[in-house]
Amino acid sequence: MAHGGGGRAMRDLIERLIVPAFGNPLLAPLEDQARIDLRGLAEIGDRLAFTTDSYVVAPLFFPGGDIGTLAICGTVNDLAMSGAVPLFLSCGLIIEEGLPTADLERVLASMSAQARQCGVSVVTGDTKVVNRGAADKMFINTAGIGVIAAGMDISAKRARPGDAIIVNGTLGDHGVAILVARNELDLHTDLASDCQPLHGLVQAMLAACPDIHCLRDATRGGLATVLNEFALSSKVGMRLHERALPTKPEVRGACEMLGLDVLYMANEGKLVAIVPRADADAVLAAMRAHPAGADAAIVGEVLAEAAGHVILDTLFGGERVVDMLVGEQLPRIC
Amino acid sequence: MKYADEFRDPALAKSLVAAITELADTLAANMPRPLQVMEVCGGHTHTIFRYGLKDLLPPSIEFVHGPGCPVCVLPMGRVDDCVAIAEHPQVIMTTFGDAMRVPGSKKSLLQAKADGADVRTVYSPLDALKLAQKHPDKEVVFFGLGFETTMPSTALTVLQAEATGVRNFSLFCNHITIIPTVKAILDSPDLQIDGFLGPGHVSMVIGTRPYDFIAQRYGKPLVVAGFEPLDILQSLWMVLRQMHEGRCEVENQYRRIVPIEGNSPALDAITRVFELREFFEWRGLGSIDHSGIRMREAYSGFDAERRFSVPNLKIADPKSCQCGEVLKGVIKPQQCKVFGTLCTPETPLGALMVSSEGACAAYHQYSRIAFVKRDAAAAVS
Repeated sequence: MAHGGGGRAMRDLIERLIVPAFGNPLLAPLEDQARIDLRGLAEIGDRLAFTTDSYVVAPLFFPGGDIGTLAICGTVNDLAMSGAVPLFLSCGLIIEEGLPTADLERVLASMSAQARQCGVSVVTGDTKVVNRGAADKMFINTAGIGVIAAGMDISAKRARPGDAIIVNGTLGDHGVAILVARNELDLHTDLASDCQPLHGLVQAMLAACPDIHCLRDATRGGLATVLNEFALSSKVGMRLHERALPTKPEVRGACEMLGLDVLYMANEGKLVAIVPRADADAVLAAMRAHPAGADAAIVGEVLAEAAGHVILDTLFGGERVVDMLVGEQLPRIC
Repeated sequence: MKYADEFRDPALAKSLVAAITELADTLAANMPRPLQVMEVCGGHTHTIFRYGLKDLLPPSIEFVHGPGCPVCVLPMGRVDDCVAIAEHPQVIMTTFGDAMRVPGSKKSLLQAKADGADVRTVYSPLDALKLAQKHPDKEVVFFGLGFETTMPSTALTVLQAEATGVRNFSLFCNHITIIPTVKAILDSPDLQIDGFLGPGHVSMVIGTRPYDFIAQRYGKPLVVAGFEPLDILQSLWMVLRQMHEGRCEVENQYRRIVPIEGNSPALDAITRVFELREFFEWRGLGSIDHSGIRMREAYSGFDAERRFSVPNLKIADPKSCQCGEVLKGVIKPQQCKVFGTLCTPETPLGALMVSSEGACAAYHQYSRIAFVKRDAAAAVS
């Protein structure tokens, strides 16, 4: 790959690989910006949701996905957590000189397939090739726009005492799949990343209960971090039940061996919902009926006391505070 | 999960707790203070807090969290030496994950990495050796630390480096041995410990005989304990039963892992490669005779301390720290002058606040739960 400088080689790259991958009428003119008709948006709702995220995963390809599927799902999910219908994405590629063209093609193909599956269009983008060593193979930034229906108010500030805490499935799959895929551990599992879009699931949940209080996808920092953020923003406490947490045996096993805590492990297709107690069973049933929520579970409840804290009832009948991580989770020595 | 869930059964825990409560209440009735049992090993401390075992036990018994967290007791001067080696442009420094955050007087390895040093986390010293084979143009140094638990794998790696002729691998040896330190604690005049939970994984290597003097000479019962919550509770019950029956012995609760005689191939490897230092500095405890391990002359070619010049400065512990008194059970972590104020998990001053296995770091979290509970009680009333 030697396409820096913005000359003809770059134009070739864009026209030959990138435009066909995302092909849609808004991107095709190759103007410096996508032009989006406002009337169509206003029919869906009354507010825009707008978000951005950068993806720097190593390795680029891992069981269950790659950096391309992450870049689409991650941004779609960030939009979906407001209740928005995700519509348009941008795609910024930063490519390290020397990346095999085949790898780029593979990433673009999975971005394209994932975007189609999500019903979103990549309508604008930018590509830079940087010197070897200035990036790690490939970085992707995607920004996204969605539309929020009138009346919807999902916010980290809205957790109320008595609300139920619900997750849509097993925790830590992505974090452990990536650790294993790095091949540094001599660990082998069949585990795949849980990378998946969640907007369909969210719409099904909203149909069961339009008044969902909080929603967030539990990516880096895991369930523990999201609940700490909710507890601080809403000035409430949270109680989790270790017994109720859905986890795969291989994830538990790997965490056990490496001295890592599954509560902090990253997910890429898991959300945390705070739902009024009266609607919790209906939301849970709707989630379990959706493929992205088959293993959904109620894992705890919101407390009036202990504001700003998350407490875990251990399997063993004791309890402990589940704190924010000070830094990255580091494996223990023995 | 097999071999784990069986040792985390809440129903069994309940019956053990009932038995412990009965014994502890009887024993403590004749004492001016609660019974104090020291768990020597940081792994035990971790289990006690992770499963909330303190909540389950009666007020008549307390844990004293021992010095067995190798990351916590590493003195700042040694971290400084390690950073100095890591910052050598030819060096790839490798170590276990939780050694990355241990503060030196100026920076930790994590900060050195952010400043451009090549520092990598490995899960085994053998990974460091592989790295050396992969990068023959670099000097790969393994920052070895830990008790007898991790010593054999380091020793075997040095032996393998020698056998395969890898010349660009060396060891910065900070291994320590626990027995002299337990002895130093036992010799302290203000000691307030009634019994011990002995370290499980150290004992898997050294066996249980090295602890005999604790029971025989110092009259303190000791039970070598496993790391699951039921292991800890059962071991605690065994210590109390000894006291109740007027016995004072070394018992082995962790028989599924620990042979009484230890592991002789592991001990052989240790003896071949390592020897005792005259003394070694422990963070919070000061210098302790014959508690540190260094490489024998025959393996000096693999000794990073001889291959690289290091500042080798002794950095005194901050004066305000009371880690030593906490380790001896004289005060509780929250009674330390700087606990939770100048010394926190984000900015640790003392050894015991450094790693999640350190008593103060664990208490720091626990005291928050106490605060949370007080909150809850106030809300109800």
